[in-house]
Formats: sequence, structure tokens, C-alpha cells
Amino acid sequence: MNAAKPAAHPRSPEKPPVSPGRRKFLSGMAGAAGGGCLMAMGVGIYSRQASALPALALRPPGALPEPEFLAACTRCGLCVRDCPPGILKLAAPGNPVPTGTPYFTARTGPCEMCQDIPCVKNCPTGALDTELDDINKSRMGVAVLVDQETCLAFLGLRCEICYNACPVIGKAITLEKRHNPRSDRHAMLLPTVHSEHCTGCGLCEKSCILEETAIRILPPALAQGKIGEHYLKGWEERGKHGKSLIGEQLEFEVRGLEGKRFGDTRVHDEAPTHTDPAVNLADPPPFDPALINGSHSESTP
Amino acid sequence: MSTRVARVSDRPGQDAIAGKGWFAAHKWLLLRRVSQLGILALFMVSPWFAVWISQGKASPASGLTDPLLTNTGNLFSSLGAPETIPPSSTDLFWIIKGNLSSSLVLDFVPLTDPYLFLQMLAAGFWPATTAVIGALILVIFYSLVGGRVFCSWVCPVNMVTDAASWTRRRLGIKSSHAPHANTRYWFLAGTFVVAALTGTLAMEWVNPVSITHRGLFFGMGAGLWFIVALFLYDSFVATRGWCGHLCPMGAFYSLLNKTALLRVAAPRRDACNDCMDCFAICPEPQVIRPALKKAGQDSPVILDSRCTTCGRCIDICSKQVFRLTHRFDQRSSS
Ligand code: SF4
Ligand code: SF4
Ligand code: SF4
Ligand code: SF4
Ligand code: SF4
Repeated sequence: MNAAKPAAHPRSPEKPPVSPGRRKFLSGMAGAAGGGCLMAMGVGIYSRQASALPALALRPPGALPEPEFLAACTRCGLCVRDCPPGILKLAAPGNPVPTGTPYFTARTGPCEMCQDIPCVKNCPTGALDTELDDINKSRMGVAVLVDQETCLAFLGLRCEICYNACPVIGKAITLEKRHNPRSDRHAMLLPTVHSEHCTGCGLCEKSCILEETAIRILPPALAQGKIGEHYLKGWEERGKHGKSLIGEQLEFEVRGLEGKRFGDTRVHDEAPTHTDPAVNLADPPPFDPALINGSHSESTP
Repeated sequence: MSTRVARVSDRPGQDAIAGKGWFAAHKWLLLRRVSQLGILALFMVSPWFAVWISQGKASPASGLTDPLLTNTGNLFSSLGAPETIPPSSTDLFWIIKGNLSSSLVLDFVPLTDPYLFLQMLAAGFWPATTAVIGALILVIFYSLVGGRVFCSWVCPVNMVTDAASWTRRRLGIKSSHAPHANTRYWFLAGTFVVAALTGTLAMEWVNPVSITHRGLFFGMGAGLWFIVALFLYDSFVATRGWCGHLCPMGAFYSLLNKTALLRVAAPRRDACNDCMDCFAICPEPQVIRPALKKAGQDSPVILDSRCTTCGRCIDICSKQVFRLTHRFDQRSSS
């Protein structure tokens, strides 16, 4: 009110004192309020639209969960400055990563897992946990062998590059020995990720020798399933309690399979007792189409 | 009103240049540019300086390369992963590291933009002590020196909007569709509400100030278009449209400006010959009148919190009416 009068006074001293100046003042205020709120709304809507982190963009070690991170990170770039290999970047506008926030891309620049974790030390807000003292405890993502059709190990070749690149070698990735059904005389050494040890640094993804990597770091929410809270594993419960928690099981006979051993679902008595085709070659049983499905079980030794 | 507009010069300052020479008529402008560019330069040269300092310590085999090019993509390059690994950052000594949002001066003093800090609180996050200290330091500094000193002496966008004002005057563009000058305060309030609703620092997605400053050192990307848009808006749509009407950061710092000790005053106001050059050059022309024309106040000090303490009125006045002084300086020729 007081502000309106001096403004109105010199312009219209002879006009009636109240209405025009006051009306102008009020409509000006309404315009300012409307305009300001409209702009803020625009900002809110745009920021919501643009706040999804792309799956292949990874946060630095010790980062808070994404929703909190977007409230905490001032986008100052101190983590970027302090990263010796220089893999961290701040997202420029136009980048799908939320504007100004730090990220890295495993395939082009993985985290080297510095033992002193310099990137978290100067973070002013705690967007990166400055208390993080063991880089092995960081969880930037989790490695997933996304393509078993192209991974050389699954083709039966010796590769294991990702396994050897892993800083948590032997824990985060192990090599699981499997029979190779294609050659039938070799082993396959399959890289297998264990999420409880994987930091998501991305050195495996970086090192995969394929043109497109077969192993990728993904956000745990995309990569991992979750067993329902109510789900109990019977074999674990039995171990814990010394007996089955659901009491004795009724056994139902399966019609057509009366008199068979438990678990023997073969319909024909004369079916071969082993399923190794190499052995069967010497003395092939008479052809029976029903047998093909039943005996095609070489991959489940 | 209309006669006053007609008398405002397209080329203010001719009298001052004739009277005291070009340099004296641009003294404060030059000092401000030195400050603005100097602060940018400190952020910019720090990496080189850091390497230079630490080169004595670092072994020659450490494969040092220009860290601005390897450590970040900056405005001039967007190189990907570095070929060589610089020495551990703990060996480097930085003058100032980070950007205007948060920084670390001399590897010791933390600074955090208080506007950002309050948005963080609005978003529901209580930051670590470093940020609290950093915000406190800046609040104390700017409440003493003057909040909008940030605008005219630090903010990189100021150079863009100054250039737009200059363009506008040179092209003689008179029409202006500026929103109400209080829009910025509503916008400021709105950014806190939006931060609370989204739980994020929503304004940081679009804040031209941080986008510009961050862009210069960490990669500009499409941020360039924010700057171009601001320039075009201020040049062709609204006089001082962004800084004088919309910028929530400027609005925030003008709230910190209410206690400013450093102020511009018009002690020789009776020498004013009504050339209107100061009104033409001032980024917030409405702040001059009360002090110069005793409209509603006796004090010759420009007390309006929107004054950016840029000193352009001092430069432009051929009658030496204005001077930089302190808030309580009541000396006046009338
Ligand atoms: S741990 Fe090292 S390599 Fe990884 S982000 Fe931090 S500073 Fe960079
Ligand atoms: S140091 Fe912290 S606040 Fe700064 S950009 Fe990195 S995560 Fe964000
Ligand atoms: S599995 Fe990959 S991402 Fe996980 S720790 Fe090892 S190298 Fe890093
Ligand atoms: S490096 Fe790639 S191809 Fe080789 S084993 Fe690992 S995932 Fe498979
Ligand atoms: S009003 Fe905003 S953009 Fe303009 S100088 Fe101030 S902070 Fe910078």
C-alpha cells in the first residue's frame, strides 16, 4: 500500500486518488504473482520430466539413492575435479542425465576404484558419502552378463577378460565350470557375477572384447529381482528348525506312472536307463517319437 | 512519463566521456569486468596452476597432461577418457575448485551458494556440515558487502545481459514487454515450493547462472542456447528482462542486500542537471529516484535492495553526483 502511493502520486496528482493507481498496482501484483508461479510450475514440470537417470549412466561411489541424490548434489563438480583418472563428468544441458549432476559411463570410462576414494572426500553436502572408507563397499551398479549368445565364454571359447579385469577378482566375478555340450569334450568357464561383492565399477564392461559388450553395469533396480518378504525357502527353514515346517507331505500317485521310482516320469519301461547319446550310439534303441522329448535331457546332468 | 522516456539517451555517457575522459567514465565498469573475468579466470587457471605447483613434486614420468582437457570436457574440448593419468588429486593445490554452486578455496575454505542451500532444505535434505559452513560464510559476506554485489561483480550472466542492454540501446529499441519487476520474488518463492514438491533442486535444471558458470568449466552442451535465449530476450523483448524482472537468484541476493554496508549514494545531488543518463544506464533504474530526487526519503544513500552496486551511475554522471560509500553516510549537498 505504502509502496503504491509514491509511485502513483507524481503521475496523476489531479486524478481521483484511489482507483487508477491502486488498480494498476493490484493488477501488477497479480501479474507478477501469476507470472512467477507459472514459471516455477514450468520449472517443476520440466525438472520432473528430465530427472530420470539413463540406465548406462552411473553415479560416483558412495552416492545417495537417486531421489535423495537429486536433492543433495549441488552439481559443483568437486568430485569430478578430484577423480584422478578423470572418468567423472557433469551432465551438460541436453544430456539425458539430470543437468549438472556427476556420472560416468562404464564402457568408455569405468571407475578405477581408487583405494583412497578421493572423489567423495570433498563433496560438500554428503551427496556422496564422505564416510565411505572402503571402496569395495561402494555400489555404483551391478554387473550383468546380459548376452549369453555372444559372450565368448558361452560359445565355449577361453576369454575371461572381464574376470581378469575385475578388481574384486574371484569374488565379484567367478568362473563356473560347465560341460560344453557342443564339443562334448571341453569345459566352458562361464563368468558369473555375485552381486554381494560387485561394486559396479565397470572395469569388466570396459574390458569386454566384443564389439558390443556382453557384460554391462546396470542399476540394481533394473538388474535384480526381489523375493517377496513372505517367501521362505523350505530347505533353509528345515535346516534352521531341524524339521519341515509344513509337516509330512502326502504323496499322490501320478496316474500312468504307478509303481515307478519317485521322480521317474518316463512312461515307457523299455526306455534307456541313461541318457548319454554317445553311449546310445553303439546300441540304438528302437525309434519311438515319444522318447525324443523324454530323453533329450543332456543339458541337465 | 512519456517525456521522461523520450529524454533518456540512446547513448548515455557522452557528457561524462567529454568531461572526465573515457577511462574515468568507465572506471567501475572496467573494475567489474576485471572482477567477473578474474573470478572466471581463477576457476579456469586453477587446474593449470595446480599442475604447475605440483610439477616439482610429481615425477616426470607421471604423464602429466593438461587437466582441463583430460579431467573434464570443457567449453573448448570434449575429449573422452584421458590417455594419461594425472597424479592423485591430493598432490594438486587449487586456488579455487568447483563452481559457483559450491567450491573449495585454497583447498580449505568451503563455499556453498545459500540460495541452493535453502532449496536443498526445501527439498527435504539436510546437507553435511561443509555445505552449512559454506553457505554461512557467503550469507555473512553478502549481507555485509551487499547481496547484489554477486550480480554485478561475480555472476557470469551479467556480462550477457549487459551486452544485451548495450545492443538494445545501440539499436534504439524502445518497445519492451517486460513482466512486472516483482515477478522474480514470486518466482523465487515458487522455486522453493517446487523443490519441496519434487524433492529435488528443480531450479538447477534450468538456472542460467549455474548452467553458464558450470558450462564454462565442465562442458556447455545445450547450455549455450540458454545464454543465446537470454541475450535475445533482453535485447529484443524486454529491457533488463532477466536480471531486472525474472532471475530468482538476483531476487534472492536482493533480499540479502537489505543490510548491505557498501552502498552508492548521491551526495552531490543538487548538481544534477537532469540529463537522465544514470536512469538510462542503471540496470534497476527505479532505485535511483528516492536518493537523487528525495522521493520518499531524505538520505542521499540508495537504499533500495535491488541496487546491484555496479557503480555505473558513478561512471556515467558528468556532474560527479554519485559516489561509493557506506550505508550510514548522510553527507549531502542538499
Ligand atoms: S574411486 Fe577413483 S576412479 Fe572411481 S570415481 Fe572415485 S576418484 Fe574416480
Ligand atoms: S562433489 Fe558432491 S555435490 Fe559436488 S557434484 Fe559431486 S556429488 Fe554433487
Ligand atoms: S564385476 Fe565388474 S563392475 Fe563388478 S566389481 Fe567387478 S569389474 Fe567392477
Ligand atoms: S570379456 Fe566379454 S566375451 Fe569375454 S567372457 Fe567377459 S563378457 Fe564374455
Ligand atoms: S539477476 Fe541473476 S542473472 Fe542477473 S546478474 Fe543477478 S544473479 Fe546473475
